[in-house]
Amino acid sequence: MEILVCIKQVPGTNKVEIDPVSGVLKRDGVDSKMNPYDLYALESALRLREQVGGKITVITMGPGQATEIIREAYAMGADHGILVSDRKFAGADVLATSYTLSQAIKTAGHFDIIFCGKQTTDGDTAQVGSEISEFLGIPSATNVTAIHEAGEESITVEMGLSNTVETVEIQLPCLLCVDKGIYQPRLPSYIKKKLTQDREITVLSLADLPDQSTARYGLSGSPTQVQRIFSPDVNDDQQLWDGNAEELSQRLADLLIGQKFVRR
Amino acid sequence: MGLVIHQERIVDKKQFIECCPFHAMEIVDGDVQINAACKMCKLCVNKSKNGEVEYLEDKVAVDKSQWSGICVYVDYEDGDIHPVTFELIGKARELAEKSGQSVFCLLLGSDVGTAAEALLHYGVDAVFVYDTPRLGHFQIEPYTAAFEDFVNRNKPSVILVGATPVGRQLAPRLAARLRTGLTADCTVLDILDNTDLVQIRPAFGGNIMAQIITPNHRPQLATVRYKVMNAPVCTAQASGKIVSCSIDEKMLSSNIRVLSVRHKEKTRSLEQVEVLVAAGRGVKKKEDLALLQTLAELLGGELACTRPLAEAGWLDGGRQIGLSGRTVRPKLIIACGVSGAVQFSAGMKSADKIIAINKDEKAPIFSVAHIGLVGDLYDIVPRLIEKLQQGGEGCDYVVQSV
Ligand SMILES: Cc1cc2nc3c(=O)[nH]c(=O)nc-3n(C[C@H](O)[C@H](O)[C@H](O)COP(=O)(O)OP(=O)(O)OC[C@H]3O[C@@H](n4cnc5c(N)ncnc54)[C@H](O)[C@@H]3O)c2cc1C
Ligand SMILES: Nc1ncnc2c1ncn2[C@@H]1O[C@H](COP(=O)(O)O)[C@@H](O)[C@H]1O
Repeated sequence: MEILVCIKQVPGTNKVEIDPVSGVLKRDGVDSKMNPYDLYALESALRLREQVGGKITVITMGPGQATEIIREAYAMGADHGILVSDRKFAGADVLATSYTLSQAIKTAGHFDIIFCGKQTTDGDTAQVGSEISEFLGIPSATNVTAIHEAGEESITVEMGLSNTVETVEIQLPCLLCVDKGIYQPRLPSYIKKKLTQDREITVLSLADLPDQSTARYGLSGSPTQVQRIFSPDVNDDQQLWDGNAEELSQRLADLLIGQKFVRR
Repeated sequence: MGLVIHQERIVDKKQFIECCPFHAMEIVDGDVQINAACKMCKLCVNKSKNGEVEYLEDKVAVDKSQWSGICVYVDYEDGDIHPVTFELIGKARELAEKSGQSVFCLLLGSDVGTAAEALLHYGVDAVFVYDTPRLGHFQIEPYTAAFEDFVNRNKPSVILVGATPVGRQLAPRLAARLRTGLTADCTVLDILDNTDLVQIRPAFGGNIMAQIITPNHRPQLATVRYKVMNAPVCTAQASGKIVSCSIDEKMLSSNIRVLSVRHKEKTRSLEQVEVLVAAGRGVKKKEDLALLQTLAELLGGELACTRPLAEAGWLDGGRQIGLSGRTVRPKLIIACGVSGAVQFSAGMKSADKIIAINKDEKAPIFSVAHIGLVGDLYDIVPRLIEKLQQGGEGCDYVVQSV
């Protein structure tokens, strides 16, 4: 089975703030890591390969340093990695990102199952997976909480909806966005890391993709535009109560009783 | 179009690229270039005192006058309309009024006549219904096809979709098919005179808000979580019309077969609860949660928690509030031993009344709380429970149902 996993490199921390004076984004720490949700996607792929055999390819779109997470995926057991990188991809929103990835996937070959994480911690939209499947014209399932069995033609999975959990049989090829917690992701292995340190990483740029129209990539291919960023506002209707525990609890009890919150 | 870098205007290239918090600028062969890490935040443009980086606008490509109406996707499953639908109708009506447009609903399903009628009590102009056994159950491909059919025939300017498990997969498939923009989890929506939808959403884990528009594409798609917008009141009088639509059944084929459907246990979900007591890491051990549980019960509410507690397995993940948990909007929330990280607050800050108990007077939770009690929860909560038990007994200020 040919399995593909979409992984993304995200900032190691979400601690960003806007400097109130200069209006500039401040970001602590420069370290990056694999999107934690994608570890579950990769783990699902590894388990599936253990069951049915095959090859796992990981793909990521990002700057050159994103090869770090491909190396990490190698150390976890992935067979092959693709970095999709080009200056012309800069400024991509969900649509352009998904389109670029779908083009790269078409270039890379045929895949029976594509795994995505639930969401990224920086983009945080949970939309890229579904959009990729649409561009590839294949069925998709999100909120996948369990994988039952995989055959030549189809795979049976559980997916969560608001009130129900459905067991569905999906024709291959397909794309699955797996939920956090589907399996416990394994740790990268030091031995695998050593063994794979010279393994090649395929790099694809715009020139390698079937669709050459620059208007579909990067900023030009992004319908949404960020107009401005700002700090979340704070609540100004506030009181801070001081006192000993007895006073504080009495005041609060009076308030809760007075406002009819107590139920019996 | 896009960012244009004027190399000759940059005095110190090494220093200049530092202005990008995403490290999306690099020096290649002596020139500053932008790489794929660029998020188009345009900070570099703002920092360009000498016009080092310039942003060139796109040309308008779409004839906006051809697209009109604010459409709400009706999240319908098994005879139930998900309440986020009504909240979206409330917002759609505001946007429609401001911009002189109509409000539409799109309802997909089988035997959905009653649901369509129900929607007419919320002040919509029309409910478009695709009613066929093929749509009797959510399936991503046929639902996308019917949705696309609706958009192509009716050309709505804005489409609002609830960020439910169905909406979260349907909206992106539709957006990709229509090659248009989609903004996830908007918390504020407004509309401009030119019918551009102003979409505000948290970014970087809620530390920053981003204002996003889709200036050159129609329709404009946005998802919104449950409990973010306000539902309109249901009126006794029905208004608006039901438009039944049909689509070639061949378009409704699916590569996914539903083998079985299991109903999740009907627990009272956090979103539906009027009163919440949220436990944070100030709670020392799992057993101590009983204290907060008692408080929650006295108030007819439920216990909730921050992420560390859910991760430790002290409480079920469904009880976690916040960015990676639930968004709640109860009448009252009492946060005990919660520091108030933005990722937590993002999930509860629109509660009607927020009370926080924390021994650190500098805890950020006090900047979102309406009432802050500086003190030890282990001293305050037992006393509070005692007083509520005494005070609540057999009194007339007891409410029946909230
Ligand atoms: C992408 C991302 C998503 C996240 N999503 C979420 C999310 O959905 N929900 C969430 O909750 N977190 C989330 N987090 C984590 C969040 O940043 C915080 O780490 C977390 O909310 C802190 O939980 P806490 O308040 O329980 O613990 P702490 O930050 O450790 O705070 C404990 C507080 O208790 C007080 N305290 C201690 N003892 C007592 C006592 N005896 N009496 C009174 N007060 C006491 C302390 O003063 C302190 O303020 C997310 C983080 C990231 C990066
Ligand atoms: N740049 C990227 N490269 C590879 N995969 C990505 C990228 N962005 C998003 N994905 C995949 O899409 C999922 C959802 O991402 P998002 O829509 O950004 O929340 C992630 O968990 C990844 O599997």
